[in-house]
Amino acid sequence: MKQLRGFIRKEFHHIFRDSRTMLILFGIPIIQLLLFGYVITTEIKDARIAILDKSHDEVTREITHKLLSSGYFRLDAMLDNEGQIDNIFRQGNIKEVVVFEQNFGKKLERDGKADVQVITDASDPNTAQLLSNYTNAIVQDYLQKKFVNYKIPLEIKPQVRMLFNESLMGAFTYVPGTMALILILISAMMTSITIVREKEMGTMEILLVSPLKSHHIIIGKVAPYLILSILNALIIIGMGYLIFGVPVRGSFILLMFVVIVYILLALSLGILISTISDSQVKAMFVSVMILMLPTILLSGFIYPIDNMPVALQVFSNIMPARWFIEAVKAVMLKGVGTGYIWKQILIMTGMTILFLGISVKKFKLRLE
Amino acid sequence: MENENTVIRVRDLVKKFGQFVADDHLSFDVYKGEIFGFLGANGAGKTTAIRMLCGLLEPTSGELTVAGLDGFKQREAIKRRIGYMSQKFSLYEDLTVNENIRLFAGIYGIPTHIRKEKTEELLEKLELGSARKKLVRDLPLGWKQKLAFSLAIIHDPSIVFLDEPSGGVDPVTRRRFWDLIYEAAHEGITVFVTTHYMDEAEYCHRVAIMSAGKIVALDTPKALKKEWDATSMDGVFLKLARSNE
Repeated sequence: MKQLRGFIRKEFHHIFRDSRTMLILFGIPIIQLLLFGYVITTEIKDARIAILDKSHDEVTREITHKLLSSGYFRLDAMLDNEGQIDNIFRQGNIKEVVVFEQNFGKKLERDGKADVQVITDASDPNTAQLLSNYTNAIVQDYLQKKFVNYKIPLEIKPQVRMLFNESLMGAFTYVPGTMALILILISAMMTSITIVREKEMGTMEILLVSPLKSHHIIIGKVAPYLILSILNALIIIGMGYLIFGVPVRGSFILLMFVVIVYILLALSLGILISTISDSQVKAMFVSVMILMLPTILLSGFIYPIDNMPVALQVFSNIMPARWFIEAVKAVMLKGVGTGYIWKQILIMTGMTILFLGISVKKFKLRLE
Repeated sequence: MENENTVIRVRDLVKKFGQFVADDHLSFDVYKGEIFGFLGANGAGKTTAIRMLCGLLEPTSGELTVAGLDGFKQREAIKRRIGYMSQKFSLYEDLTVNENIRLFAGIYGIPTHIRKEKTEELLEKLELGSARKKLVRDLPLGWKQKLAFSLAIIHDPSIVFLDEPSGGVDPVTRRRFWDLIYEAAHEGITVFVTTHYMDEAEYCHRVAIMSAGKIVALDTPKALKKEWDATSMDGVFLKLARSNE
């Protein structure tokens, strides 16, 4: 036990004396969370829009009023004909044009159906998508309140002129996503690098010849990263709450349990990577290629899994981060208990055991 | 010549990797306080042999006793009784001299009060007292080498294994380093050293020369030179290599 303590102390020395390691440990999580947070939550406020009202009846005036008083939109121009639409978009000042068709109110009353065109500036797809969603919601809300007693399904045709950005994130996904990414980065990449560094420097040989057991060496190497990763998770959750108002609706203890299960999984991956890499550069490369990029792209962090091609959906099943994000979202945002996330926890635990098993096998082979 | 002073006893020791025979029926004894040199080209089987002696590898067949312990069944126990220094003088470069001492003393389970005593003794002997709070990476190569050696024997092992301990060090520094080795041997620590510097081979009490997995010569440097009619170990080595072609 005393041997192990000294060994862990040494590992902390390595970490605290290397400014690059410190930067990765504490600089990147904060910067990344702020970036994701601010870049992706493009809050819509006073977006400038134009309206082409070909009907000029009571209904269209009321909808217009409701749109403009929502706080999201500000009227830039009332248009007279469709020919002006292209031109006004080209000027670049306005983000959206709303077009009411002729006899809007009458058609609505008579046929239960009227068309609104929502045209948005697609050069900024995220904002465009948000704007059209907001517009839609406001119109629907108006109809529900106005025609409470009617049972008319009102049809709106949002003709959105842009590439549909399927990747539009739900409001709070970036906190679980950032956690998934950062914890993989610290736990898997940093541990694999630090273990491989011992091999490169030749100190691993000294440790193997010493009376330290191999599990002592492994525990000594990963324990500091476990502690620092937990600290990092707390920082991210804290920042998410204080700066972006992302709540923890479920049990905090359960959340931390999920976090620790995931960290252990990432650490076991780091150990596995260290057994197949013989240089720090290779360890880093393998970590980035097989962990970071797929974690960003395939875990559901940015691109919803449901929208992926089937092959990639199947592939996403083997992404550790996928299960972590699902479980964390469920606990943080939906506030569910263990009963709802046991599957994710089981899968992550299974992966950990698998990775450790392979590592032990590889390690023994290497020594022979 | 077998007696109670035998520290390493090797009989018909074989190590195979699949079909490849890395060490082919090695037999030799090393005695207490002896400096035993292990020579040979790369790939001759030196590293495999030293790894078996250190308890890192399990032999395929034969007999092996190190410090009175069985090389097959008591490999973990052997690790407590030996010291090891690799060719890279592997110390932790980003730790200070003091921290390195503390770490290795801790790994070998040396109690705190003995550690403190030993640290002072060691720093004084190496004249490193003023550098105790310096990072190892800032030390000159010769000092690192001496520190690495001192740490390899900090737990008073029966045997210390030195795997090419003088790589990249100039002859003067090498000579000073050998003073430390003689001192350790004088105190009763057996020194087992692999090298390809022939001047180092001259410093050994006895040398074994390996080629293609076998020991092809084993004697004192003086006797070997006489037998092969050479003026230096270099000459012995060359003539041996030719006769084995």
